[in-house]
Amino acid sequence: MSTFLVVSIIKAAVVAFVLLTALAYLQWLERKVLAHIQLRVGPRRVGPHGLLQPLADVIKLITKEDMMPSHVNKVFWFMAPFIAVLFALIPIAVIPFGTELSVPAINFGPIHTPAITTAMQLTDLNIGVLFILGISGLGVYGVALAGWSSNNKYSLLGGLRSSAQMISYELPMALAIAAPLLALNTLSFRGIVDGQGGFFFGFLPKWTIFQVFPFNIISFILFIIAAFAETNRVPFDLPEAENELVAGFHTEYGSMKFAAFFMAEYCNMVTVSCVATLLFLGGWHPPFPAEYGSSLLPSLVMAGAGVLCFLHAASPARPLDRLTLPVVGISFFGLAGIFLIPAVSLPLMPIIWFSAKALFILFVYIWVRGTLPRFRYDQLMRFAWTFMFPVAVTNLFLTGLVVALS
Amino acid sequence: MDALLFMIFAAIAVICGINLVVQTHPISSALSLVGVMGALAALYLLLGGEFIAAAQLVVYAGAIMVLFVFVIMLLNAGTEHKGRRTWATYAGVPLLMVFLGLIAIGITHHLPASENVMFGQFTKGSPLEFGRALFTVYLLPFEVTSVLILIAILGAVVLAKKEID
Repeated sequence: MSTFLVVSIIKAAVVAFVLLTALAYLQWLERKVLAHIQLRVGPRRVGPHGLLQPLADVIKLITKEDMMPSHVNKVFWFMAPFIAVLFALIPIAVIPFGTELSVPAINFGPIHTPAITTAMQLTDLNIGVLFILGISGLGVYGVALAGWSSNNKYSLLGGLRSSAQMISYELPMALAIAAPLLALNTLSFRGIVDGQGGFFFGFLPKWTIFQVFPFNIISFILFIIAAFAETNRVPFDLPEAENELVAGFHTEYGSMKFAAFFMAEYCNMVTVSCVATLLFLGGWHPPFPAEYGSSLLPSLVMAGAGVLCFLHAASPARPLDRLTLPVVGISFFGLAGIFLIPAVSLPLMPIIWFSAKALFILFVYIWVRGTLPRFRYDQLMRFAWTFMFPVAVTNLFLTGLVVALS
Repeated sequence: MDALLFMIFAAIAVICGINLVVQTHPISSALSLVGVMGALAALYLLLGGEFIAAAQLVVYAGAIMVLFVFVIMLLNAGTEHKGRRTWATYAGVPLLMVFLGLIAIGITHHLPASENVMFGQFTKGSPLEFGRALFTVYLLPFEVTSVLILIAILGAVVLAKKEID
């Protein structure tokens, strides 16, 4: 019992630390990628390539004066950012990141620990999918309350738009999730990923997206579109449309309270990417079999990065690059070497594939933000009710028919 | 542990329920109702009704109450106006106590004694068991209820149409 408690606390601490760091760097990634899409360089003043920019941003936001406007409804105005962050952080508890982690027994001097085998997940609920749907549905209260309690017409419009949008898009999203679940026959995320192992014809992975062809591909596209709307991201970011509503629901917020809404948005993005990875893209299963070298890929990528560093060092853009780039290159080669050791690469491979897929979906989020314009509000609503909903229902029926017949 | 959690969530549910009636602003009342729904979901989970707990969160707290809040915000409903206090204001609480006491007496004297419910005793709350029960044993009540909801929707549409015309 006490071992379970200690292991759980350690796991929770690790997940919380990694998640919060990832949220901070996701913002750096977004600024960099957007900048390169728009032919700019992005943040590059704080640290090499602006890598310490998130830290600087956090210090700036913490030290800013925390103003409370005089005309707001104080209780709800104060509660709203907390609600938004709380319901954004909870869902990560049921998301599995990999198979299992085994730590051998340690007998070193005064330290004695038993051998531990634990799942790379905080908790495995047998209603995991429903849990995420329920908790993320509550997140809208944060935005709606922030908009209403600010006592400002732009904020109110933002909050109203957000709640209407969330309710409308939750329906097609739930239907799009239900379709692959018909074939997988479980609601636990671990069970869902276990149902996607193996390969068709020896090379095509048995991911959900390739099962029940072609209906699950439609489900995947519907899910991604609905997820963009649920997380209030471009092209569905009407609640904070800056050219109509100043900043929408968070107009009146400053310092860390503003940062809280930002954090909730990025955390929702991470959750949605993880859910899409687990439900449709096979979780931690590799995209091609190990016989064709899927476990060598991290080493190859690292070695490629090392070679790139040395090529840039040969024609340096700045004088300092002649010294720093070879060091970075050598450390990349070192990492590539470490990943060739089976004892290191075997437990890490699931996490690497999982994060690679989740990061790809996050990249698509940023990519879309850099390329698509915003919808008009009536278009957004008409799209949900007259296109997404009928397509999702039809898709669910056809998937059910195929599953029942096979 | 189970009993302690039950006490906590039961207390939250009761306090939120009282707050729902006492508050004068519609938004505060609506959010108290959300609190009641959330506490109820936790209580269902404690009793082993996993699917019911999730459905409570998704449907009631996550969808229906959001619509309530949406409408309250859209109409910008203000605080309730307190009218003049009549004898009903003061007689309400004692009368309620008497009424509840009568119900309690009726239940204890005229209904057969019930068995105690233990935590962890009920294990058929998983989505699988729930779905099987819903679509075999309780199929007719389930379908009749959905027709009832459909009629309510149609009624709302007809009433709204009349207003527009």
